[in-house]
Amino acid sequence: MTAFGKLIRTTAFRLTLVYLFLFALFAASLLGYFAWNTRRLINEQITATVNAEIAEIEIIYARRGLQGLALTLGRRTLRPGANLYLVTTPAGTAFGGNVESLSPGVMASSGWSETAYRRLDEQDTAHHRALVRVTQLDNGFRLLVGRDLEERRRMFGIVANAAQWSLLVVIVLGLGGGIFVARRVLHRIDAMTGTTQRIMAGDLSGRLPVGRSGDELDRLAENLNAMLERIEALMTGLKEVSDNIAHDLKTPLTRLRNRAEEALASSGSESEYRAALERTIEESDGLIRTFNALLMIARAESGQARGNMDDFDAADVARGIHELYEPLAEDDGLTLRVRAAPAALHGNRELISQALANLVENAIKYGKPDPAVQPLDAAVAARSKEILIESRREGDSVLLSVTDHGPGIPEGDRKYAVERFVRLEASRTLPGSGLGLSLASAVATLHGGELRLGDAHPGLVATLAIPARAASGDRLAAQTQDVPQKVA
Amino acid sequence: MSTTASQTATASQMRLLIIEDDRESADYLVKAFREVGYIADLASDGEEGLSLADSGDYDVLVVDRMLPKRDGLSLIGSLREKGNRTPVLILSALGQVDDRIKGLRAGGDDYLPKPYSFAELLARVEVLSRRHGGPAEETTYKVGDLELDRLSHRVARGKDELTLQPREFRLLEYLMKHAGQVVTRTMLLENVWDYHFDPQTNVIDVHISRLRSKIDKGFERPLLHTIRGAGYMIRDGIR
Repeated sequence: MTAFGKLIRTTAFRLTLVYLFLFALFAASLLGYFAWNTRRLINEQITATVNAEIAEIEIIYARRGLQGLALTLGRRTLRPGANLYLVTTPAGTAFGGNVESLSPGVMASSGWSETAYRRLDEQDTAHHRALVRVTQLDNGFRLLVGRDLEERRRMFGIVANAAQWSLLVVIVLGLGGGIFVARRVLHRIDAMTGTTQRIMAGDLSGRLPVGRSGDELDRLAENLNAMLERIEALMTGLKEVSDNIAHDLKTPLTRLRNRAEEALASSGSESEYRAALERTIEESDGLIRTFNALLMIARAESGQARGNMDDFDAADVARGIHELYEPLAEDDGLTLRVRAAPAALHGNRELISQALANLVENAIKYGKPDPAVQPLDAAVAARSKEILIESRREGDSVLLSVTDHGPGIPEGDRKYAVERFVRLEASRTLPGSGLGLSLASAVATLHGGELRLGDAHPGLVATLAIPARAASGDRLAAQTQDVPQKVA
Repeated sequence: MSTTASQTATASQMRLLIIEDDRESADYLVKAFREVGYIADLASDGEEGLSLADSGDYDVLVVDRMLPKRDGLSLIGSLREKGNRTPVLILSALGQVDDRIKGLRAGGDDYLPKPYSFAELLARVEVLSRRHGGPAEETTYKVGDLELDRLSHRVARGKDELTLQPREFRLLEYLMKHAGQVVTRTMLLENVWDYHFDPQTNVIDVHISRLRSKIDKGFERPLLHTIRGAGYMIRDGIR
């Protein structure tokens, strides 16, 4: 398609053509109406004037005869801007008046007619037109009174001129404007198309150009950009996940395979085979667990788990997890305590429980006090072995936190610690998939909140901060929706 | 596994219908169930499964969620509509909480995400089955000289009254309800704690060992047994 072809196919241009036609039609009819009315008005004026003069002249003629008639005509023809007067004898020769020549046959018929004429006193040879009325006087004489139509013609000329110019201006401006608007729109759409094509070709970082006018195209571009932002984030997440899966699942898979191969190659006893198989099953269970955690994170991050949201008390979750993990912590020489203040929450209870469980598991795994530092005070020593689960409402947020007094996470590493599969240097030797914190973070994000990692001096405070207001807002919305339904 | 086999084969044999379209896993399941002494039939699509489930007298149906011709959930739905109350265990590659809830709402009695271990599946099937369902709503459970009163919340072994924490009581109650059957860690987490996630640590083992120290410590015959590779079982067994 040529550039011009594209241009005239634009909606903007087509709309311009339609408006152009409508405006031209409007202007033409307006001018036409004006012209027609003006003509009518002028004709009426002329008719009235001529009729009045004829009546007057007839009276004069009736009273004073030809003498008076000639005298009156002589006087009247001298007035400035005078009408046309002509009196002919029964033989047809001019008896008086100011007309030198007329179209042939005008004097022969009585009544109104339009004619070309020339005045006696005029020097130029141009013919003018006039509207005249001819009447029969009683003795064969005929009287013609008329008025020049120059005024009407000039008026008509002005109108025709105006019509021509206005049409021209309308067309030029309309077409020009149309092309300008269409080109502008086309230019921007082309830019957008170019960007989308680049994006479709795989460059997800591309963004549509947004102008400064804030018009509908800018708003569209902004919305599309927001959409692209989200798609890119999801794609990046997906890519990260698949990279990580590739890396972190392939390693245990390779281990699994090697072990099976090794067992197969060596001619071991039944018990050795059995042990190898048991380790294989253990390893694959670990793999499944990692895989499940990854899927769960992906689902939480993509917002799919938004179903199954209900109202519950965060304190119940804190107490439940405390109850579940308390013996485990005790076995590890730690004290798990809970301080549960009621805090109403709307969300996926199962996911929040799991997130909190992950934080507690982390605290039990990594939150042991540094054995090199032996506090002298027994109370301090007891405190350092304490892990605290806490639920409370703070401002607009519901906080579920787990505090340990282990080595903590250095401030610089905290952001990094939440990422998938990241296991900080200190924890490399301990078992675990490295997904606990990222799952907790994904769950918090799903609920519109965040996972905060802080310092417990010494130790780590991991807090799930979930907005409570948004949740109650949802409930309110749900309630107000219910009301009219009940009424209906 | 062999322990369970001899246990279940005692009375009349348990009849099982497996509805699964993947040939290999279906064959594996049939073989494995037959090895432990079950009668296992196989249907490879939803329609066949429905007509078999309708006509046969089965103790448990094991239904894959995604099946050709008629999917698992609609199969269960039409069974339930016809008043067929045979316990159904749903197998599914969809393992998330909301999928589980959907499965149970459709009329399934238990839900096991793939991949699963056969020990887990077997334990769940046994618990589900009508014939071995045990004393469903009795007020007292008794295993050997261990007695649990569900109404007064009292537990006694022989003449000794035992003091249990509420959660320990519920744990023991569940184990005793299914006395003689293997109960897996996930089953305990689901039924006693009502959590459906997979803890990365051995939390359940710690709870069991606490319970064990209360009910078995100082007694000659242990009642709470660890079944290797599967889970736990409470029974009064000498063997």
